[in-house]
Parts: sequence; structure tokens; C-alpha cells
Amino acid sequence: MSLLASYLQHAIAVFPSLLRGAVITIEVTTFAIFFGLILGTIAAFGKLSKRSVFKIPSSIYVDFIRGTPLFVQILIFYYGIPGLINGLTGEVFRIDPIIAGIAVCSINSGAYNAEIVRAGIKSVDRGQMEAARSLGMTERQSMKEVIMPQAVRLIIPPLGNEFIALLKDSSLLAVISVHELSKNGMLYVSKTFAAFPAYISVAFVYLALTMGISRVLNYIERRLGVSDRSE
Amino acid sequence: MIEVNNLHKSFGKLKVLKGITEKIEESEVVCVIGPSGSGKSTFLRCLNLLETPTSGDIWIDGEKVTDPKVDINKIREEVGMVFQRFNLFPHMTALKNIALAPMKVRGLPEKEAYDRSRDLLKKVGLEDKADVYPNSLSGGQQQRVAIARALAMRPKVMLFDEPTSALDPEMVGEVLNVMKDLAKEGMTMIVVTHEMGFAREVGNRVLFMDDGIIVEKGTPQEIFYNAQNERTKSFLSKIL
Repeated sequence: MSLLASYLQHAIAVFPSLLRGAVITIEVTTFAIFFGLILGTIAAFGKLSKRSVFKIPSSIYVDFIRGTPLFVQILIFYYGIPGLINGLTGEVFRIDPIIAGIAVCSINSGAYNAEIVRAGIKSVDRGQMEAARSLGMTERQSMKEVIMPQAVRLIIPPLGNEFIALLKDSSLLAVISVHELSKNGMLYVSKTFAAFPAYISVAFVYLALTMGISRVLNYIERRLGVSDRSE
Repeated sequence: MIEVNNLHKSFGKLKVLKGITEKIEESEVVCVIGPSGSGKSTFLRCLNLLETPTSGDIWIDGEKVTDPKVDINKIREEVGMVFQRFNLFPHMTALKNIALAPMKVRGLPEKEAYDRSRDLLKKVGLEDKADVYPNSLSGGQQQRVAIARALAMRPKVMLFDEPTSALDPEMVGEVLNVMKDLAKEGMTMIVVTHEMGFAREVGNRVLFMDDGIIVEKGTPQEIFYNAQNERTKSFLSKIL
């Protein structure tokens, strides 16, 4: 049997388990995007706040997460923290790997989102806030009606990059045996030693997923661009 | 209408306003002139607390604006402001720009707010631009929408911060005409401007500011043709 034929056979054989893995990858990424956006928005407003009770924790959060590798964060969250709780209370503490994975990815993505959202808000002209406030609108109303609609258009493109990075980075969750796309590829290789066809297949499934995200984001960008007409 | 007592404003070590005391009556049109950096804009921005005064007091229509307990938003509802760079909201049509604050701040029903906005667009001569976004309007048109937007709150006072400085020369007239009409209707107006023609023609009084104080004040006649202070004379000789 030729090499190519055997590779094709492996690619077909590994495919069902890669699809199952892709479902997990999508699940983790979707939840992480959702919670990461919430965390990121909160941290962005925290960093923009004049009050140090909000500003300082937000800055520490962003700096710590951005300054350490996701891989290490996964290890700390999944092994380190349960170990710490065990050491403190004497009780065994376990986290479901998927839950841990979603949590770490959300926290990680939130820090990057915070900077994106903050930059978006900051780059709206200062005169916009002044004009809104001069009309008697409160800070909250001005944010909601005037600043955010303009900031969102600046935020969407870099946020899209962040979502794509997040989807790819979720492969690191293989290390805590989340059965996502990469992990399922690794499992197949450990049984068959067919590293090349299996990992190439994994790569193509990632490619398909990230291209899917790109298209959705392009669509959203276009929609926003058309509805405002305000370059 | 407006009373300012010994107003000071510093940005860090830089003293911008060094004791402004002034009284502006209802329906008065007061033009503030002076070299750049003299503190005219800062003075104006202190009046609706876009800048927080370092010390001194301001009363508007009997309300002590500088009272720390005062509701700033309530004050600002009564004080309209027009900016040099228009600051229209780019993501809203001209009509929505005008209607937004009456709806959000005054709680006006949508229909009423839009009716009011249409009337105001007509007043500034732009009734056909209701559904146009600001970026498709000329500078002069944008500034007229901005004036309509400020008027939509039915303010008691209008502040103009160099409203024609960012305009191409051929558009200055249309904006000044809207302001003239407003003055005729009896609006109390404070106008920071380099348009000496407007100050002469429409202003009841002119304040000349330099280096954070009001150096000289008087009727346009007195300031433009019979200035007493050397600094006023030298400023006017450069620009007239």
C-alpha cells in the first residue's frame, strides 16, 4: 500500500474523533468568548475608572494574565489551586477539566479583551463625551448612547483576532486531558503512531473553525459599517 | 442671569484663570475676545463645569453652580454649549442628534422629541437634512445642527466656544446668521470668538481677556474704537 493511501486511511479513521473533539473545542471557546467578554468589559471599565478600588485590581488582573503563559495558567488553575485548597482544608478538591478549561480560557481572554475594549473607548474623541455631558446626559447615558456605539466599531476587528487566538490556544487544554480537538488527535497518534496524517487533519479542522469565525466577524463588521455610515 | 465671583482655575502648576468676576444679565450677548491661551475657553467651560473651577463661585439663574452638592446634570440642562469642532454624534442622523438629549434627559416622548427637532432643523435652515449623517454635512451645516442640538434642551443660556474657528471662510456667515437670530430672540449668549464683526454687530458687551483675567470690558463701541488698556489696543491692532 502506498504511503499516500495509508495516510488517507488514517485521516478518514481519525476524523470522527476529531469531530467530537471539535465540538468540545467549540464549546470551550464559545463559553470562554462569552465570559471573557464580560470579564474584559468589567476590567476595561475598571481600568478606566478614576477610583483606585476599581482601577488597581483591574490593572493587576490584566498585567498578571498578560505577563504569564496560558500554559502555566492552566497548570496553576487545574493542579495548583486544588492542591492549595487540599493543603489548607485537608479535603480533596477536584475540578472538572472542561469547567477548569472554560474558566482559565475566560480569565485569560478577558485580560486581552480588557485592553481591546479600553483602547476602543479611549479612541473615541473626547469631544463626544463633552458634548453629551454638556446636554445634561449622565456619564452612564453618555457612555451607552454616544461612546459605546462608536467604540464597538473600533473594538470588533481586534476582538475577532482575539477570538481566533482563543480558539487555537484552547488546544493547550490537552495538557489537563480535556478531550478537545488536539487531545483527540494525540490519542489517535498514541494508538497508531500515524503522526503526520493525524496532526495534519487536526490542523485542517482548526483552519476550518477559524475561517468560520472570520466569516462571521466579517459579516458583523460589514453590518455595523453599513448601518452607521460614519467614517 | 450669570454671576461669576473671583473664579480661578489651574491645571497643575499652570494658572489659567486668575480671578474672573463678571455679571451677565438676561438676554445679554457677551462676546469674549483675546489672544489664544488667555483663558477664554477655560472660562466658558467652567460655566457648565466641563472644567472644575479651582476656586471662586458661579451662579446661574440663582443656582450656585459651584456648590459641591449641586446636581451638575441639572445645571447643564439649562446651559447649552456649542463647540469649535461641532462634536456631533457621528453614528446618528442629524435629527437623532437633536432629539437624543430631550428624550434621554427630559424624558420627552419620541414623537414630541422628533417634532421639536424638526422645528429646530427648520429654524437653522436644514429641514431637508433630517436623515443625513453628520459626515455628509459641510462644516457650517454641522455647526448649525450642533446649535439646534443645544437648543433642543431649551436652555436659558447658550455658550459658544469659537463656533466658527474650524469653518471654511465661506461657511462662517451661515453660522453667524443663526446666532444673530438667536440673539434677536433674546437668548442669553456668551460667545468666545475671533469674529470681530459679529462682536461689533451683535454683542451687547465685549470682554477682552488676557493672561487669565478680564483686562477690559465695555460696549463694542468702547472696546473697538476707544480701548483704554494698552494690551487691548495692541491685540486689536493686530487683528483689525
